[in-house]
Amino acid sequence: MTHEVGIITQTLDIALDRAYTKGASQIHWLKMRIGRDSGVVPEALEFAFDVVTKGTIAEDAKLEIETVPVICHCSKCDLDFQPIKPIDELNQPIYECPLCGKLSEQVLAGKEIELVSLEVS
Amino acid sequence: MCKNCGCSVVGEVGIHTQTPPQSHDDRHDHHHDRHHHHHNGNNRQTITIAQSILEKNDRLAERNRGYFLAKELLVLNVLSSPGSGKTTFLQRTFSDLGKDIRAGVIVGDLETDKDAQKLRSVGTPAVQITTGNVCHLEADMVQRAAKKLDLDALDLLIIENVGNLVCPAAYDLGEDSRVVLHCVTEGEDKPLKYPTIFKSADVVIVSKIDIAEVVGFEREEAIANIQKVAPQATIFEVSARTGEGMKDWYSYLADRLSKIQAVKV
Repeated sequence: MTHEVGIITQTLDIALDRAYTKGASQIHWLKMRIGRDSGVVPEALEFAFDVVTKGTIAEDAKLEIETVPVICHCSKCDLDFQPIKPIDELNQPIYECPLCGKLSEQVLAGKEIELVSLEVS
Repeated sequence: MCKNCGCSVVGEVGIHTQTPPQSHDDRHDHHHDRHHHHHNGNNRQTITIAQSILEKNDRLAERNRGYFLAKELLVLNVLSSPGSGKTTFLQRTFSDLGKDIRAGVIVGDLETDKDAQKLRSVGTPAVQITTGNVCHLEADMVQRAAKKLDLDALDLLIIENVGNLVCPAAYDLGEDSRVVLHCVTEGEDKPLKYPTIFKSADVVIVSKIDIAEVVGFEREEAIANIQKVAPQATIFEVSARTGEGMKDWYSYLADRLSKIQAVKV
Protein backbone atom coordinates (compact mmCIF):
# COMPACT_ATOMS: atom_id res chain seq x y z
CA MET A 1 0.00 0.00 0.00
CA THR A 2 1.37 3.36 -0.91
CA HIS A 3 0.61 6.62 0.82
CA GLU A 4 -1.38 7.80 -2.21
CA VAL A 5 -4.28 5.68 -0.96
CA GLY A 6 -4.13 7.43 2.40
CA ILE A 7 -3.94 10.82 0.75
CA ILE A 8 -6.89 10.11 -1.52
CA THR A 9 -8.88 8.76 1.41
CA GLN A 10 -8.26 11.98 3.36
CA THR A 11 -9.09 14.04 0.28
CA LEU A 12 -12.33 12.17 -0.26
CA ASP A 13 -13.27 12.58 3.41
CA ILE A 14 -12.94 16.36 3.08
CA ALA A 15 -14.84 16.36 -0.24
CA LEU A 16 -17.71 14.18 1.02
CA ASP A 17 -18.02 16.25 4.17
CA ARG A 18 -18.29 19.48 2.14
CA ALA A 19 -20.65 17.92 -0.40
CA TYR A 20 -23.03 16.61 2.27
CA THR A 21 -22.95 19.98 4.04
CA LYS A 22 -24.16 21.53 0.81
CA GLY A 23 -26.86 18.91 0.48
CA ALA A 24 -25.33 17.46 -2.66
CA SER A 25 -26.08 13.96 -3.87
CA GLN A 26 -23.35 13.65 -6.46
CA ILE A 27 -19.78 14.81 -6.90
CA HIS A 28 -18.92 15.41 -10.57
CA TRP A 29 -15.28 16.27 -10.32
CA LEU A 30 -12.50 17.06 -7.87
CA LYS A 31 -9.54 19.24 -8.62
CA MET A 32 -6.21 18.70 -6.85
CA ARG A 33 -2.85 20.47 -7.01
CA ILE A 34 0.14 18.18 -6.67
CA GLY A 35 3.65 19.55 -6.43
CA ARG A 36 6.36 17.95 -8.50
CA ASP A 37 8.42 17.58 -5.31
CA SER A 38 5.62 16.43 -3.01
CA GLY A 39 6.53 12.76 -3.13
CA VAL A 40 3.08 11.96 -4.50
CA VAL A 41 2.70 10.29 -7.88
CA PRO A 42 -0.34 11.57 -9.85
CA GLU A 43 -0.86 8.20 -11.61
CA ALA A 44 -0.97 6.43 -8.26
CA LEU A 45 -3.47 9.01 -7.01
CA GLU A 46 -5.72 8.39 -9.98
CA PHE A 47 -5.59 4.66 -9.46
CA ALA A 48 -6.32 5.04 -5.74
CA PHE A 49 -9.15 7.45 -6.52
CA ASP A 50 -10.96 4.87 -8.63
CA VAL A 51 -10.72 2.33 -5.84
CA VAL A 52 -11.53 4.58 -2.90
CA THR A 53 -14.55 6.32 -4.46
CA LYS A 54 -16.39 3.04 -5.17
CA GLY A 55 -19.80 3.07 -3.55
CA THR A 56 -19.67 6.76 -2.64
CA ILE A 57 -21.34 9.77 -4.25
CA ALA A 58 -17.99 10.44 -5.92
CA GLU A 59 -18.01 7.07 -7.72
CA ASP A 60 -18.47 8.65 -11.16
CA ALA A 61 -16.41 11.73 -10.39
CA LYS A 62 -13.44 12.75 -12.46
CA LEU A 63 -10.17 13.57 -10.75
CA GLU A 64 -8.34 16.49 -12.28
CA ILE A 65 -4.75 16.91 -11.22
CA GLU A 66 -2.79 20.09 -11.76
CA THR A 67 0.93 19.49 -11.42
CA VAL A 68 2.77 22.33 -9.71
CA PRO A 69 6.33 22.87 -10.90
CA VAL A 70 9.19 23.29 -8.46
CA ILE A 71 10.34 26.84 -7.84
CA CYS A 72 13.54 27.48 -5.93
CA HIS A 73 15.17 30.56 -4.53
CA CYS A 74 18.82 31.50 -4.75
CA SER A 75 19.71 33.57 -1.69
CA LYS A 76 22.95 34.80 -3.25
CA CYS A 77 21.34 36.22 -6.41
CA ASP A 78 17.93 36.85 -4.79
CA LEU A 79 16.41 35.01 -7.72
CA ASP A 80 13.43 32.67 -7.95
CA PHE A 81 13.92 30.05 -10.60
CA GLN A 82 12.44 26.87 -11.95
CA PRO A 83 14.95 24.03 -12.09
CA ILE A 84 14.36 22.49 -15.47
CA LYS A 85 17.71 21.02 -16.28
CA PRO A 86 17.58 17.24 -16.13
CA ILE A 87 20.99 15.98 -15.20
CA ASP A 88 20.89 12.47 -16.58
CA GLU A 89 18.66 9.65 -17.69
CA LEU A 90 16.88 9.74 -14.34
CA ASN A 91 15.51 13.10 -15.39
CA GLN A 92 15.68 14.63 -11.94
CA PRO A 93 16.15 18.37 -11.87
CA ILE A 94 18.98 19.64 -9.74
CA TYR A 95 18.25 22.89 -8.01
CA GLU A 96 21.10 24.87 -9.52
CA CYS A 97 20.85 28.66 -9.80
CA PRO A 98 21.00 29.60 -13.50
CA LEU A 99 23.04 32.73 -12.67
CA CYS A 100 25.66 31.66 -10.17
CA GLY A 101 25.38 27.88 -10.24
CA LYS A 102 24.89 27.64 -6.49
CA LEU A 103 22.74 24.69 -5.40
CA SER A 104 19.61 25.94 -3.77
CA GLU A 105 17.96 24.31 -0.78
CA GLN A 106 15.06 26.76 -0.60
CA VAL A 107 12.03 25.34 -2.31
CA LEU A 108 9.25 27.92 -2.65
CA ALA A 109 6.73 25.79 -4.53
CA GLY A 110 6.38 22.20 -5.61
CA LYS A 111 5.47 20.48 -2.35
CA GLU A 112 1.71 21.05 -2.62
CA ILE A 113 -0.82 18.29 -1.93
CA GLU A 114 -4.08 20.20 -2.04
CA LEU A 115 -7.75 19.76 -2.71
CA VAL A 116 -8.64 22.85 -4.75
CA SER A 117 -12.33 22.50 -5.52
CA LEU A 118 -15.12 20.15 -6.45
CA GLU A 119 -18.30 20.31 -8.46
CA VAL A 120 -21.44 18.86 -6.95
CA SER A 121 -25.13 18.75 -7.58
CA MET B 1 -15.91 33.01 8.06
CA CYS B 2 -18.94 35.01 7.04
CA LYS B 3 -20.73 36.15 10.19
CA ASN B 4 -24.15 36.20 8.54
CA CYS B 5 -24.56 32.76 7.10
CA GLY B 6 -21.61 30.85 8.48
CA CYS B 7 -20.11 30.08 5.08
CA SER B 8 -16.35 30.20 5.08
CA VAL B 9 -14.70 32.32 2.45
CA VAL B 10 -11.04 32.34 3.46
CA GLY B 11 -9.05 29.24 2.61
CA GLU B 12 -11.91 26.92 3.27
CA VAL B 13 -15.31 26.72 1.69
CA GLY B 14 -16.86 29.22 -0.62
CA ILE B 15 -19.55 28.65 -3.19
CA HIS B 16 -18.96 29.84 -6.70
CA THR B 17 -21.07 29.27 -9.71
CA GLN B 18 -18.48 31.04 -11.88
CA THR B 19 -14.86 32.10 -11.59
CA PRO B 20 -13.83 32.70 -7.97
CA PRO B 21 -13.97 36.48 -7.37
CA GLN B 22 -11.08 38.22 -5.63
CA SER B 23 -12.26 40.31 -2.71
CA HIS B 24 -14.17 39.09 0.35
CA ASP B 25 -17.34 40.97 -0.51
CA ASP B 26 -17.28 39.86 -4.11
CA ARG B 27 -17.02 36.24 -3.09
CA HIS B 28 -20.62 36.30 -1.93
CA ASP B 29 -22.46 35.28 -5.01
CA HIS B 30 -25.58 34.70 -3.01
CA HIS B 31 -27.96 36.69 -0.89
CA HIS B 32 -28.34 35.48 2.63
CA ASP B 33 -32.12 35.49 2.57
CA ARG B 34 -32.09 33.12 -0.42
CA HIS B 35 -29.32 30.91 0.86
CA HIS B 36 -31.35 27.71 0.78
CA HIS B 37 -31.56 27.88 -3.01
CA HIS B 38 -28.09 26.44 -3.19
CA HIS B 39 -29.17 23.32 -1.41
CA ASN B 40 -31.95 22.46 -3.81
CA GLY B 41 -32.36 21.86 -7.49
CA ASN B 42 -30.20 20.06 -9.99
CA ASN B 43 -27.84 22.93 -10.61
CA ARG B 44 -24.24 22.02 -10.47
CA GLN B 45 -22.17 24.11 -8.15
CA THR B 46 -18.47 24.45 -7.53
CA ILE B 47 -17.18 24.33 -3.98
CA THR B 48 -13.81 25.93 -3.47
CA ILE B 49 -11.78 24.17 -0.81
CA ALA B 50 -8.10 25.12 -1.26
CA GLN B 51 -6.98 22.96 1.61
CA SER B 52 -3.75 21.10 2.10
CA ILE B 53 -4.52 17.41 2.58
CA LEU B 54 -1.71 17.11 5.10
CA GLU B 55 -2.77 20.21 7.03
CA LYS B 56 -3.97 18.19 10.00
CA ASN B 57 -0.71 16.28 10.17
CA ASP B 58 1.32 19.48 9.79
CA ARG B 59 -0.59 21.10 12.63
CA LEU B 60 -0.05 18.13 14.93
CA ALA B 61 3.62 18.06 13.94
CA GLU B 62 4.01 21.72 14.93
CA ARG B 63 2.38 20.92 18.24
CA ASN B 64 4.81 18.04 18.79
CA ARG B 65 7.72 20.31 17.90
CA GLY B 66 6.74 22.92 20.46
CA TYR B 67 6.21 20.26 23.09
CA PHE B 68 9.59 18.64 22.44
CA LEU B 69 11.33 22.00 22.49
CA ALA B 70 9.74 22.85 25.83
CA LYS B 71 11.18 19.58 27.14
CA GLU B 72 14.62 20.55 25.72
CA LEU B 73 14.58 17.34 23.78
CA LEU B 74 16.50 16.76 20.55
CA VAL B 75 14.21 14.80 18.23
CA LEU B 76 15.44 13.11 15.06
CA ASN B 77 13.34 11.46 12.36
CA VAL B 78 15.48 8.66 10.94
CA LEU B 79 14.59 7.42 7.46
CA SER B 80 15.97 4.83 5.07
CA SER B 81 15.17 1.87 2.87
CA PRO B 82 14.60 -1.46 4.60
CA GLY B 83 17.84 -3.21 5.47
CA SER B 84 20.12 -0.20 5.35
CA GLY B 85 21.27 -0.76 8.91
CA LYS B 86 19.13 1.75 10.83
CA THR B 87 18.62 -0.41 13.89
CA THR B 88 22.25 -1.51 14.15
CA PHE B 89 23.39 2.08 13.68
CA LEU B 90 21.06 3.28 16.43
CA GLN B 91 21.99 0.40 18.73
CA ARG B 92 25.65 1.37 18.46
CA THR B 93 24.81 5.04 18.94
CA PHE B 94 22.82 4.41 22.12
CA SER B 95 25.38 2.01 23.49
CA ASP B 96 28.29 4.45 22.89
CA LEU B 97 26.46 7.50 24.19
CA GLY B 98 25.66 5.68 27.41
CA LYS B 99 24.67 8.19 30.07
CA ASP B 100 26.25 11.21 28.35
CA ILE B 101 23.19 11.73 26.22
CA ARG B 102 20.13 9.96 27.56
CA ALA B 103 18.27 8.55 24.58
CA GLY B 104 14.86 7.06 23.94
CA VAL B 105 13.45 5.67 20.73
CA ILE B 106 10.14 5.32 18.93
CA VAL B 107 10.26 2.59 16.31
CA GLY B 108 7.87 2.33 13.40
CA ASP B 109 7.43 -0.97 11.61
CA LEU B 110 4.68 -2.63 9.66
CA GLU B 111 4.66 -5.61 12.02
CA THR B 112 6.58 -7.08 15.01
CA ASP B 113 8.49 -5.34 17.77
CA LYS B 114 11.83 -7.00 17.00
CA ASP B 115 13.58 -3.67 16.40
CA ALA B 116 12.34 -2.23 19.68
CA GLN B 117 13.51 -5.36 21.49
CA LYS B 118 16.99 -5.00 19.99
CA LEU B 119 17.19 -1.37 21.04
CA ARG B 120 15.95 -2.14 24.55
CA SER B 121 18.73 -4.71 24.86
CA VAL B 122 21.24 -1.84 25.09
CA GLY B 123 19.20 -0.23 27.85
CA THR B 124 17.35 2.33 25.73
CA PRO B 125 13.67 2.90 26.46
CA ALA B 126 11.84 1.97 23.27
CA VAL B 127 8.24 2.22 22.13
CA GLN B 128 7.15 0.27 19.09
CA ILE B 129 4.49 1.52 16.71
CA THR B 130 3.18 -1.18 14.42
CA THR B 131 1.51 0.59 11.56
CA GLY B 132 -0.16 -2.48 10.03
CA ASN B 133 -0.38 -1.53 6.37
CA VAL B 134 0.54 2.14 6.66
CA CYS B 135 3.88 2.78 5.03
CA HIS B 136 4.99 5.77 7.10
CA LEU B 137 4.63 7.35 10.53
CA GLU B 138 2.35 10.34 11.09
CA ALA B 139 2.50 13.08 13.69
CA ASP B 140 -0.41 11.76 15.76
CA MET B 141 1.19 8.30 16.05
CA VAL B 142 4.35 9.94 17.38
CA GLN B 143 2.35 12.03 19.82
CA ARG B 144 0.67 8.92 21.24
CA ALA B 145 3.90 6.92 21.38
CA ALA B 146 5.83 9.75 23.04
CA LYS B 147 3.36 9.69 25.94
CA LYS B 148 4.63 6.21 26.81
CA LEU B 149 8.16 7.50 27.39
CA ASP B 150 9.40 9.52 30.34
CA LEU B 151 10.56 12.43 28.19
CA ASP B 152 11.81 14.44 31.16
CA ALA B 153 14.43 11.76 31.72
CA LEU B 154 15.68 12.02 28.10
CA ASP B 155 17.90 14.35 26.07
CA LEU B 156 17.47 12.66 22.72
CA LEU B 157 14.44 11.07 21.12
CA ILE B 158 15.01 9.10 17.95
CA ILE B 159 12.05 8.26 15.74
CA GLU B 160 12.98 5.29 13.58
CA ASN B 161 10.54 5.61 10.71
CA VAL B 162 9.17 2.74 8.62
CA GLY B 163 11.81 1.52 6.14
CA ASN B 164 10.70 3.38 3.01
CA LEU B 165 12.28 6.16 0.96
CA VAL B 166 9.08 7.50 -0.59
CA CYS B 167 6.08 7.99 1.65
CA PRO B 168 7.64 9.24 4.92
CA ALA B 169 9.03 12.26 3.04
CA ALA B 170 5.66 13.99 3.03
CA TYR B 171 4.95 13.61 6.75
CA ASP B 172 6.40 16.06 9.25
CA LEU B 173 6.50 14.44 12.69
CA GLY B 174 7.63 17.48 14.66
CA GLU B 175 11.30 16.51 14.58
CA ASP B 176 14.22 18.90 14.96
CA SER B 177 16.18 17.20 12.17
CA ARG B 178 15.70 14.59 9.49
CA VAL B 179 18.36 11.96 9.14
CA VAL B 180 18.44 9.82 5.99
CA LEU B 181 20.57 6.67 5.89
CA HIS B 182 22.19 5.70 2.63
CA CYS B 183 23.80 2.28 2.73
CA VAL B 184 26.84 1.50 0.56
CA THR B 185 25.04 -1.57 -0.79
CA GLU B 186 22.40 0.70 -2.34
CA GLY B 187 24.81 2.02 -4.96
CA GLU B 188 25.49 5.62 -5.86
CA ASP B 189 22.24 6.68 -7.54
CA LYS B 190 19.85 6.52 -4.55
CA PRO B 191 19.77 10.30 -3.97
CA LEU B 192 18.91 10.85 -7.64
CA LYS B 193 16.20 8.19 -7.63
CA TYR B 194 14.60 9.39 -4.39
CA PRO B 195 15.28 13.13 -4.52
CA THR B 196 12.26 14.17 -2.45
CA ILE B 197 13.43 12.42 0.67
CA PHE B 198 17.07 13.44 0.24
CA LYS B 199 16.09 17.05 -0.40
CA SER B 200 14.32 17.10 2.94
CA ALA B 201 17.32 15.68 4.83
CA ASP B 202 19.31 17.68 7.38
CA VAL B 203 21.76 14.83 7.77
CA VAL B 204 22.74 12.01 5.42
CA ILE B 205 24.50 9.01 6.98
CA VAL B 206 26.42 6.81 4.57
CA SER B 207 26.26 3.49 6.43
CA LYS B 208 28.20 0.20 6.41
CA ILE B 209 31.36 1.82 4.99
CA ASP B 210 33.37 -1.15 6.28
CA ILE B 211 32.03 -3.20 3.36
CA ALA B 212 32.18 -0.39 0.78
CA GLU B 213 35.12 -1.87 -1.07
CA VAL B 214 33.66 -5.37 -1.23
CA VAL B 215 30.44 -4.14 -2.82
CA GLY B 216 32.25 -1.81 -5.22
CA PHE B 217 30.83 1.38 -3.77
CA GLU B 218 32.01 4.48 -5.67
CA ARG B 219 32.41 6.86 -2.77
CA GLU B 220 33.17 10.11 -4.64
CA GLU B 221 30.26 9.65 -7.02
CA ALA B 222 27.83 8.89 -4.21
CA ILE B 223 28.92 11.89 -2.13
CA ALA B 224 28.68 14.15 -5.19
CA ASN B 225 25.14 12.90 -5.85
CA ILE B 226 24.10 13.52 -2.25
CA GLN B 227 25.52 17.05 -2.38
CA LYS B 228 23.81 17.77 -5.69
CA VAL B 229 20.40 16.76 -4.39
CA ALA B 230 20.82 17.85 -0.78
CA PRO B 231 23.31 20.72 -0.59
CA GLN B 232 21.96 21.59 2.86
CA ALA B 233 22.72 18.19 4.41
CA THR B 234 25.61 17.35 6.71
CA ILE B 235 27.13 14.05 5.59
CA PHE B 236 28.63 11.42 7.89
CA GLU B 237 30.30 8.25 6.67
CA VAL B 238 30.09 5.56 9.29
CA SER B 239 30.37 1.90 10.14
CA ALA B 240 28.31 0.86 13.12
CA ARG B 241 30.22 -2.42 13.16
CA THR B 242 33.77 -1.03 13.40
CA GLY B 243 32.82 2.32 14.92
CA GLU B 244 34.53 4.25 12.13
CA GLY B 245 33.15 7.77 11.70
CA MET B 246 30.78 7.45 14.63
CA LYS B 247 32.62 10.09 16.72
CA ASP B 248 31.76 12.88 14.29
CA TRP B 249 28.13 11.85 14.46
CA TYR B 250 28.19 12.00 18.26
CA SER B 251 29.76 15.48 18.14
CA TYR B 252 26.97 16.56 15.84
CA LEU B 253 24.35 15.22 18.28
CA ALA B 254 26.01 16.97 21.22
CA ASP B 255 26.15 20.22 19.24
CA ARG B 256 22.49 20.07 18.18
CA LEU B 257 21.48 19.20 21.72
CA SER B 258 23.34 22.18 23.19
CA LYS B 259 21.59 24.44 20.66
CA ILE B 260 18.18 23.08 21.62
CA GLN B 261 18.92 23.47 25.30
CA ALA B 262 20.08 27.06 24.75
CA VAL B 263 16.66 28.00 23.35
CA LYS B 264 14.63 29.67 26.05
CA VAL B 265 11.00 28.74 25.62
